[in-house]
Amino acid sequence: MHAVLSSRIQFGGTLMFHYLFVPITIGLSLVLVVIEATYLATDDPVYKQLAQFWAGIFGLNFAIGVATGIPMEFQFGTNWAQYSRYVGDVFGSALAAEGIFAFFLESGFLAIVLFGWDRVSRRVHFLATCLVCFASHFSAVWVLVANSWMQTPDGFQIAGNGAGARAVTVDFTRVVLNHSTLQRLSHTLSGAWQAGAFFVLSVSAWYLLRDRFTDPARRAFKIGLVVAAFAASFSIFTGDLSAKEVARYQPAKLAAMEGVFDSATTGAPLHLFGIVNVHDRTVAGPAIPKLLSWLAHGDVNAAVTGLGSFPRDLWPPVQWVFQSFHMMVGIGFALLGLTLLGLWGWWRGTLFQARWLLWPFVFAIGAALVANELGWATAELGRQPWIVYGLLRTSQGVSPTVRTAQVWASVALFALVYLILGALYVVLLNQKIQHGPEPAEARDTEPMLAHGERAQLP
Amino acid sequence: MSVLPILWYWLVGAIFAGYAVLDGFDLGVGALHLLARTDEERRVMMNAIGPVWDGNEVWLVVGGGTLLAAFPPVYASVFSALYFLVMLLILAFIFRAASIEFRSRRPQALWRRTWDFGFWSASVLASLLLGIGLGNVFRGMPLDAQGNYVGTLAGLLNPYALLSGLTTLALFTMHGAIYLTLRTEGEIEARAARWARGATFVFVAALLALTVFTLTGLPRIVARFTAHAWLLVAPAVVAAAVIAVLVSLRRARYWAAFLASAVLILTLMLLAAISMYPVLVFARDPALNLTAFNSSSTPKSLTIMLVVAGIGLPLAAGYFYVLYRTFMGKVKLDAHSY
Repeated sequence: MHAVLSSRIQFGGTLMFHYLFVPITIGLSLVLVVIEATYLATDDPVYKQLAQFWAGIFGLNFAIGVATGIPMEFQFGTNWAQYSRYVGDVFGSALAAEGIFAFFLESGFLAIVLFGWDRVSRRVHFLATCLVCFASHFSAVWVLVANSWMQTPDGFQIAGNGAGARAVTVDFTRVVLNHSTLQRLSHTLSGAWQAGAFFVLSVSAWYLLRDRFTDPARRAFKIGLVVAAFAASFSIFTGDLSAKEVARYQPAKLAAMEGVFDSATTGAPLHLFGIVNVHDRTVAGPAIPKLLSWLAHGDVNAAVTGLGSFPRDLWPPVQWVFQSFHMMVGIGFALLGLTLLGLWGWWRGTLFQARWLLWPFVFAIGAALVANELGWATAELGRQPWIVYGLLRTSQGVSPTVRTAQVWASVALFALVYLILGALYVVLLNQKIQHGPEPAEARDTEPMLAHGERAQLP
Repeated sequence: MSVLPILWYWLVGAIFAGYAVLDGFDLGVGALHLLARTDEERRVMMNAIGPVWDGNEVWLVVGGGTLLAAFPPVYASVFSALYFLVMLLILAFIFRAASIEFRSRRPQALWRRTWDFGFWSASVLASLLLGIGLGNVFRGMPLDAQGNYVGTLAGLLNPYALLSGLTTLALFTMHGAIYLTLRTEGEIEARAARWARGATFVFVAALLALTVFTLTGLPRIVARFTAHAWLLVAPAVVAAAVIAVLVSLRRARYWAAFLASAVLILTLMLLAAISMYPVLVFARDPALNLTAFNSSSTPKSLTIMLVVAGIGLPLAAGYFYVLYRTFMGKVKLDAHSY
């Protein structure tokens, strides 16, 4: 038997771990641009302190992101050889463009952002920060192009037949701007901005609650709050766009997201939450009548295509997709509510005294990351059983001669390494946060201690 | 239309060659890491590649991406055939990144020694694996009609591939040591020059052994050079570059040595490419070889990719110019160093 399950677990697992760091990188790069722009505009050294502090955290985060990103580039070949042969002509261009256009730019100027404070002028440093921000977004563009093509393939034709059949590019513009690229890109970015902004909010709220670094923490909190409020509102809007696109081009996915079973459900309700019973084809939970029909098709009586329209073997894993989607949406609205409360407190002038309001911000980063992961779970599990929607099944994409035992062995290795990596990331992040935004001179790396000597930690 | 696969054969090769020249010295510095005596020396060596290793590594990622775009069956066959070696290579790169990032963030001796060891072993392992992988592709692998590897894991660890791994490790170590002479001063600089000379001799011995294996075991390579004798210019350049490295090191002209070392690596990659052309992966059965012509993407995709590379690669050259211009010179540890 081919190594399908093990390869899926490996790809999904390594991707989800990688994606803990990606949205923080993208979102934090945007926050860094805002902080540094404020520093240039106001000339206030507190913003330089903030920029250096957050750039340091960005660097740690980026390093793990890069390290865990490499497996993604090569697993298409190691584990999904048949997929690569089938779609390489189309999919490869997007992946190569990401490297050529985005990664070179990002890696080149990141060094200046991290190590160049004393080597280049303030303006050049700001330019480098802007370029890193642009590059991290541009890399998202190409990944979303590639992934959206797997969801709603367009601009290609099938050449050859049987084992030699290949998808080949016919119209590159339609490959890039396929039916879901812009919707999914904007929704992904709004999720990433929230991850970065809530990261800043979480650390800043913690400082405020502990009465440490109060001045820089307040300023960072305000910047984070503005970005988070904008991104949270934007993600509701882009989420709606994405769902409408899914309703149109991937109806089986939408049916699984909402647990719609009857082949053409008119006036379909929207469940706030619930439990799907796939066997009885029912969903237990509170629902708002007709809302799904209206959201998906703009008409309260429109017919929503249900899973009944598809053969059973073309159903995605309904319960997983339903739960991922509903939890993501729930978290999205909760985070939007939190930012609105924060803005209201800021306007009233009571924000930094309201401890009950600061505490939820400390933990909101966890929720934002979970929502980012759940969004991808919805998208990728909802695409099953297809690896390229309607063209190639996941089970057909796997490497034919890679043995299951080999893949399980590499799964175990990844699990072990990522566990260590994750634990050390938390330890070092905590160390940086405890240390806080200090003037640069105080952050020199400490000399090595001999065996048995105790560290002098602040 | 058949000019496009040819162009991409050389372009993908050039990207991998660029990777070898750039990340080659990062890996070499890592392979020498444990020879540094004090904590400060180790930090100096690590910071010599600190701002640049990440960008250098991107060349490998781009090499993988363009290989997938231009020759999908080659990408699929090579990486699935070398499955476990690629997984180990990936883990080595993960450990290298983690070691550089983590090492100096805590002062405890045990912590730093652990990451010193991690940095060294990851760099050595990655160099060996890159050489072993290339050695297998060059030597030929048992593939089925669909291009899938039908051999065993042990079959990938054959003497030829292992020797290729050792040659690569020695080459990168030499290159890394020469790079260190440019970025360090005083006692480390002098020792790096000695390391460079030592590594060069090991490299020459390994390369000679590899050449003997090649001439006796791979008749198609011999046939290529007897049919086109002018191709012998490439091995002649390799020999000249080795001599130039040794002479420049003796005269302490380290920039010249680095240049010669870079030319040496590029010429070795060129030598591999002209020995193989137009084949990208040798199968045991020559009828199943994956070539630039039977494995390329459509002319349309290759043209699109040519536009992407035509815009993107000159821009990348510009970024690298800015990057190296900002950070070249002798390493001075400061508040932002690793």
